Amino acid sequence: MSKNYKLVAIEVNAYYGDFHAIKNISLGLEEKAVTAFIGPSGCGKSTFLRLFNRMNDYIDGFRIDGEILLDQKDIYKKSVRVDELRKEVGMVFQKPNPFPKTIFENVVYGLRIQGISKKKVLEEAAERSLKQAALWEEVKDKLHKSALALSGGQQQRLCIARALANGPSVLLMDEPASALDPISTAKIEELIWELKKDYTIVIVTHNMQQAGRVSDHTAFFLSGELIEFAKTKSLFTNPKDQRTQNYITGRFG
Amino acid sequence: MPHIDEEIERLKKKLMQMWDVVEFQLVSGREAMINADQRLAKKIIKQGDKVNDYDVKIDRMCENFFALFTPVAVDLRVVLAILKINANLERIGDTAEGIAYFVREFESPLEQELLQATKVLEMYDEALSMFADCRRAFLDNDTELATQLIKRDKFLNKIYRKSDSIVIPYLKENPDKIKEGVALLSIIKKIERVGDQVSNVAEEIIFYRDAKVVKHQLKKKKKE
Repeated sequence: MSKNYKLVAIEVNAYYGDFHAIKNISLGLEEKAVTAFIGPSGCGKSTFLRLFNRMNDYIDGFRIDGEILLDQKDIYKKSVRVDELRKEVGMVFQKPNPFPKTIFENVVYGLRIQGISKKKVLEEAAERSLKQAALWEEVKDKLHKSALALSGGQQQRLCIARALANGPSVLLMDEPASALDPISTAKIEELIWELKKDYTIVIVTHNMQQAGRVSDHTAFFLSGELIEFAKTKSLFTNPKDQRTQNYITGRFG
Repeated sequence: MPHIDEEIERLKKKLMQMWDVVEFQLVSGREAMINADQRLAKKIIKQGDKVNDYDVKIDRMCENFFALFTPVAVDLRVVLAILKINANLERIGDTAEGIAYFVREFESPLEQELLQATKVLEMYDEALSMFADCRRAFLDNDTELATQLIKRDKFLNKIYRKSDSIVIPYLKENPDKIKEGVALLSIIKKIERVGDQVSNVAEEIIFYRDAKVVKHQLKKKKKE
């Protein structure tokens, strides 16, 4: 596959016990671009997303075959350290999940775990990450207040800042705006648009318009299969597969 | 039927109501022209208001549809097509109205000799037939028929291009018929425009069904 691909899946199958959750999927995700995964609940899109930073590893009965390459290296090799992988591949979840700590401590949490304790390094990282997450102006005067006092939208941007502080090159986002109001959603979408200049972003979303607005490429999943993968503009104007058309036009099932 | 399909059906129905009125204008235009029928010409002109009302109504319905349903894929294409077909129908209505205005200038029916020489009736019949087939192509999602319509437009263009060379010598011999002759040339030009507008609608049908953009392709090919 082309070396432009940041992440590559090659003939990937994933199972939860007897359940065949991902069925022989191969695809390449472009570097510094946004790829959206769409599909009905239970189609495997979140499972597939979580393969990229091995979030499924601890689920009972989970197994995978095939290869997932990050910068051409197989991340499921035994020699790969999962904590190192997750520094490179950050993740943001559906529900904002700040720790019950200060804003500052939330952002530098990953760095402290890595053993970094120099105040200046931590402060610089916090400011940089909060600025990247478009939150700095709103919180710079209350960095040492509880993160739980922030609004839902701010908490989600804090979680993005926390992921960015570890210096990843890939951001995985699992429905990052589905619990937010339209204004906060718009801010997250703007942020994704900005962040793709520096990061490779993969987003799972149930919101078709969101996929249309933020992503460069869209993959449609159904029953564990990749049905269609195309440029977003093309998929939303002229899908090639009738199943994709039925889904995106709301005539599914 | 899903809500979105109901809305699309409502839009199509409204478009068909507009199509009926424009068809009346166009068909009556032929009759009015042959018989110099002032009363019918007046009626055609009056129907223009109705067409304009449909135009505004359909525009508004499409706007609402975009805002409320944020359509994609075939739903998006069908509403984009309806929006453009609406604009073309309105122009065809205007064209028929234009023909009616010329008819109002006629003091007597046009000379049979001139009608035959210019082939204007043949041209008009083909335009009417194209207009009817265009509606059929839209309702039956028949892109083959739509493609044929684009080709059939050439016949109208051919008659239009020859019209000057027929009417001008006639007028030299019959200077008292200048008013009718000039009006007839204008009517021929208008029928030629109907062919273009029907072609535009046919292109929209192909775009909506097959997601193919065929407009301007012929001109592009000619340039190459």
